[in-house]
Amino acid sequence: MMADLIKGETGDWEVVIGLEVHAQVVSNAKLFSGAATTFGAEPNAQVSLVDAAMPGMLPVINRVCVEQAVRTGLALGAKINLVSVFDRKNYFYPDLPQGYQISQFSQPIVGVGKIVVDMEDGESRTVGITRLHLEQDAGKSLHDRHPTKTYVDLNRSGIALMEIVSEPDLRSAEEAGAYVRKLRSILRYIGTCDGNMEQGSLRCDANVSVRRPGAELGTRCEIKNLNSVRFLVRAITYEAARQVQLIEDGGAVALETRLFDSDKGETRTMRSKEESHDYRYFPDPDLLPLELDADWVRGIKRGLPELPDAKKARFLAEYGLSAYDAGVLVAEAERADFFEGVAEGRDAKVAANWVIGELLGQLNKAGVDLADSPVGADRLGGLIDLISDGTLSGRLAKDVFQEMFDTGRAAAAIVEEKGLKQVSDSGEIEAHVDAILAANADKVAEYRAGKDKLLGFFVGQVMKVTQGKANPKVVNEVLRDKLSAG
Amino acid sequence: MADASGLVGLTIAEMRDGLEKREFSGVDLAQAHIEAAEAARPLNAYITETARTALDRAFFSDTRRAQGPVGPMSGIPIAVKDLFCTRDVLTTAGSHILDGFTPTYESTVTTNLAHAGAVMIGKTNLDEFAMGSSNMTSHYGPVENPWRRSGDNRPLVPGGSSGGSAALVAARAVPGAIGTDTGGSIRQPASFCGVVGMKPTYGRCSRWGIVAFASSLDQAGPFARTVRDCAILLGAMAGHDPKDSTSVDIAVPDYEAALSGDIKGLRVGIPAEYRVEGMADEIETLWGNGIAWLNEAGAETVEISLPHTKYALPTYYIVAPAEASSNLARYDGVKYGLRVTGDDLADQYGKTRAAGFGAEVKRRVMIGTYVLSAGYYDAYYLRAQRIRTLIARDFHRAFEKVDVILTPTTPSPAFAMGEKMDDPVAMYLNDVFTVPSSLAGLPAISVPAGLSGDGLPLGLHLIAKAFDEETLFRAADVLEQAAGFDAQPAFVAGRP
Repeated sequence: MMADLIKGETGDWEVVIGLEVHAQVVSNAKLFSGAATTFGAEPNAQVSLVDAAMPGMLPVINRVCVEQAVRTGLALGAKINLVSVFDRKNYFYPDLPQGYQISQFSQPIVGVGKIVVDMEDGESRTVGITRLHLEQDAGKSLHDRHPTKTYVDLNRSGIALMEIVSEPDLRSAEEAGAYVRKLRSILRYIGTCDGNMEQGSLRCDANVSVRRPGAELGTRCEIKNLNSVRFLVRAITYEAARQVQLIEDGGAVALETRLFDSDKGETRTMRSKEESHDYRYFPDPDLLPLELDADWVRGIKRGLPELPDAKKARFLAEYGLSAYDAGVLVAEAERADFFEGVAEGRDAKVAANWVIGELLGQLNKAGVDLADSPVGADRLGGLIDLISDGTLSGRLAKDVFQEMFDTGRAAAAIVEEKGLKQVSDSGEIEAHVDAILAANADKVAEYRAGKDKLLGFFVGQVMKVTQGKANPKVVNEVLRDKLSAG
Repeated sequence: MADASGLVGLTIAEMRDGLEKREFSGVDLAQAHIEAAEAARPLNAYITETARTALDRAFFSDTRRAQGPVGPMSGIPIAVKDLFCTRDVLTTAGSHILDGFTPTYESTVTTNLAHAGAVMIGKTNLDEFAMGSSNMTSHYGPVENPWRRSGDNRPLVPGGSSGGSAALVAARAVPGAIGTDTGGSIRQPASFCGVVGMKPTYGRCSRWGIVAFASSLDQAGPFARTVRDCAILLGAMAGHDPKDSTSVDIAVPDYEAALSGDIKGLRVGIPAEYRVEGMADEIETLWGNGIAWLNEAGAETVEISLPHTKYALPTYYIVAPAEASSNLARYDGVKYGLRVTGDDLADQYGKTRAAGFGAEVKRRVMIGTYVLSAGYYDAYYLRAQRIRTLIARDFHRAFEKVDVILTPTTPSPAFAMGEKMDDPVAMYLNDVFTVPSSLAGLPAISVPAGLSGDGLPLGLHLIAKAFDEETLFRAADVLEQAAGFDAQPAFVAGRP
């Protein structure tokens, strides 16, 4: 695997990226309180006494959140730590009511794992996962409601997050993007995070540094709170270029935290190392160490669904799909299921072509989710059946599909109504062929003189007079017969 | 005013029996103790008196009693340290920073007591955020100890941090009160005020709704004038609470039933390391008396060693401030309590906390912040945690050979207000005998056992195995009988 090198004025540079992804755990209640977690509620409508850090309130761990973290760890092939510890990360901020965030520092619930990242060109890279830990989200400061005051919404305060930390194994912005997409795909497969970056349920911090290929790691900058894959890619691209230019101009990269300005497309300093917090981590004395039962963990493992990598391998082996097609289809569990519904008892490659080429294209254009597709797997299968039994030509089938997509009707009904049934009767076709050959005697002569390409012209003429309903295979056969017979 | 009813000064057990025999009503008791609270005002022991709700609750208790069996504490007046959150009643933690804070919720322990029928007369004064051994650090002013040195009318401290609760029980203003003990905050004031004060095993009582000082040490416990009353009170306070992850899910025994008076064969450990240098002769003598009393009652005393005892106090003064520095971060002027506005956020934090916290709280927040800081964590906090483990192991090993451990409660009797104020370390030494068992999470009790040369009460201290409060109470009951402590303080509520 060749790294994507940056061409500087003084030579090549390699960018080194590690990501910290904050994934909101799918759970009805918060990590340490019973308050609800629904997105979009009225400000401070989902706040318990614990979330507001009222005096004397105590956290109690939510079993569901622990189970989700373990499930995620297992899906990442990671080590599950049967004993983990919650620590307090201390800092002052109005949207952090306790004055500390309960997190896991030295003993996280999940240890080392890995993710296989699939690149556009079909190549795969294994990226190490350092750890996954559980922690509380903070509330939200609203600075735009009052000229001099800040409002605080604590609905998010205390919601469970999984922080998933990668090794510095990523070597390009695109790879980092592919990593996040793959991670999101896995989280959605197992239902532990909805992966919705617009609503903030998946957020990303990127640690970026540059170095001469193979040299020691350079000084890194951390870019905070990237809330889309597109911004992630743009921010890393900008940041890597900035660091290269800085070094080539004789400067040095400073260890610091930076923010990405998506309007300007650039990163800028948020706080320097000197300004960085001393979080004074220590074990939260309100919580006992979290101990997991090995059998319980095994039970969760048994309950895991087929994951994207396994599904992809199966699609390659079982259906003979290309790596690209298989990759597209397994990116989402619903998509893979849809495909399998269409492919069942049919030609899988044809099914894949229709799902990827036509259906996903149309859905994307219309901005509709697969779940709301006007054409279901059964209906798409029905269309393919009409092709394979010769009722529809490929060309007609595309028209029928468009009609299906627009109206939600079944293929057979459309074919029936519009009389689109393909004509395969050689007698009827022969009559058309005879008429066309007679009307184009000059072209027939040219053909017979060796201008083979004219066959297409004759086919086209037949299709024209039959309004595309003639079976192209039969038309070809009849034409060859008649033309050579002369 | 004198106690015309004759109800003030009864023990909880006597009140319970009198109520059962309909000799008086809960409302009679409430009324008498509301008056006692007024009479006790010179002590400054209550921050908030809750006369109206007390009468309501007493009336409710009487109504219930008329209908059938009632809870063990039904109709009994108690005082509650103002560290317990009480619904609709001002809760201050003795701090300016909680100005006007009235919780919408009730702590688990006070809820348990209310369900048992107890009638809260008021919220008691305390050292700010329970940090202190003198009750001098309260924003609401010091509490006066009802005792006086013989021939000396200078006001004395009641000890701390639960000084208000101890003083009120000593002054007969309530038969029982509750407090919290982090490093001795029940036992030391109990000793200074000549009452019984007990700290249960860590995890025995829920901490939910108690303003946190040091979470791994804080534990609620009872004050009363007899061991039996403490046993009754604890029975009504204790129990597993799913809202507190450190609360332990084991049954609460009938503590009163454990008071058999029989300690034949009980093995009592006498730790060599508690004979601290410079300990007053009268403390030494008191300890010797305790040993003799228990031996006479059929117990067997055993010399034991708790080798890490000398590290307990420094360990405590790292662990407790570390936790406190984090626990007190929530008092930031944003959500409730005092807010002093500033030029910007940092300025508001600074001004609010500067104005809201007293000197001792600030000192401990600073110490705690320091010991958790990068570069110091390993040397202080981590090392302190390791020593804490060793201290717990000392006790664990000792309890393979003995059933309880007997020590003095404090190295000296109550001191005068103003004494030791300029030397925090001298102040911290008050807790030298109580802190080790706190670090180990063990149940312990202070029983008044004699008077000092200048006429002040002195307590003896028993420590038992985790969750063996029954043995602790049984031994304490025998000690109490043998000591026959019947001296009364100079100030008794309602007595002219």
